[in-house]
Amino acid sequence: MNVLLGHDGSEGAWEALRQTLERAEVAGDDVSVAIYDDTAVEATPDEIERETRSKLEEYDVDTGIRHIDGHVGGALVEIVDGEDFERLVIAGGNRSTLGKIQLGNVAEFVVLNSETPVTLVR
Amino acid sequence: MTANRTYPDEPAGEFPPPPRTITDKDDRDIEIRSAGLAEREPLVAMYTAFDPADRAQGIPPVKEYAIDNWLDTVLAEDCLNVIAWDGEDAVGHSMLVPDDSGGYELAIFVLNTHQGAGVGTSLLETLLGYTQQEGVEKVWLTVERWNKPAIELYKKVGFEICNTESFEIEMSIRLH
Repeated sequence: MNVLLGHDGSEGAWEALRQTLERAEVAGDDVSVAIYDDTAVEATPDEIERETRSKLEEYDVDTGIRHIDGHVGGALVEIVDGEDFERLVIAGGNRSTLGKIQLGNVAEFVVLNSETPVTLVR
Repeated sequence: MTANRTYPDEPAGEFPPPPRTITDKDDRDIEIRSAGLAEREPLVAMYTAFDPADRAQGIPPVKEYAIDNWLDTVLAEDCLNVIAWDGEDAVGHSMLVPDDSGGYELAIFVLNTHQGAGVGTSLLETLLGYTQQEGVEKVWLTVERWNKPAIELYKKVGFEICNTESFEIEMSIRLH
């Protein structure tokens, strides 16, 4: 399966990357990582890319990295639906201290707009 | 989750503090009292019996160990809790948990056996009375868009919608 992973460097995104790569190694998926900036995350896209590359080396998986900016949700949907992808993976939702899950804007946009199946990881 | 949450300019009116006893629409006497870690066991029993369809945004959790962990968080000392009791059984629970910007997040759960009987309204009003007593000023919550009965309940006691941009609606109230 050809998988696109949206990655903003958040804790959830690193977990989504780990799960996606573990599955890919077993299932033979190709994984493409789309990195984007999130103001709530301290790491810059370049730092995220460096860290991602070192993680990718731990797995026997065909991978690619690209950067996206502008309207991130829109860009992700255009890539998965327009190119040859079969799955979009994205970290979806934070919990408040009280425990309620709140979906981020990007997760909400891709779930509503993508015609390619979306996996939310949390 | 947004730090720049807005609150109504004017404070809401006064709410009744706990303890209170009300008679619900099914003629049951319901006692509403403040609560803490000592009430953990009856709450575990209540949440274990909770209807899956009444969950909201991932809480209460499903598994018992997860209910335990969650109760540790919401029953902590810096939180405010009230429970509605039908005899020995906890049938409703409402809580306030401090956020990191001076406000408190609210949640409320009522067992399906006691829904639609006025228990939720009384429980919510009593938590807000307790909150005023403790000097808390700003309270907010999030609610799913489709959950019209909950949104109407929150409006009835004085919450105003402050953000509709995300998946859930955010509402807030000023108490002092």
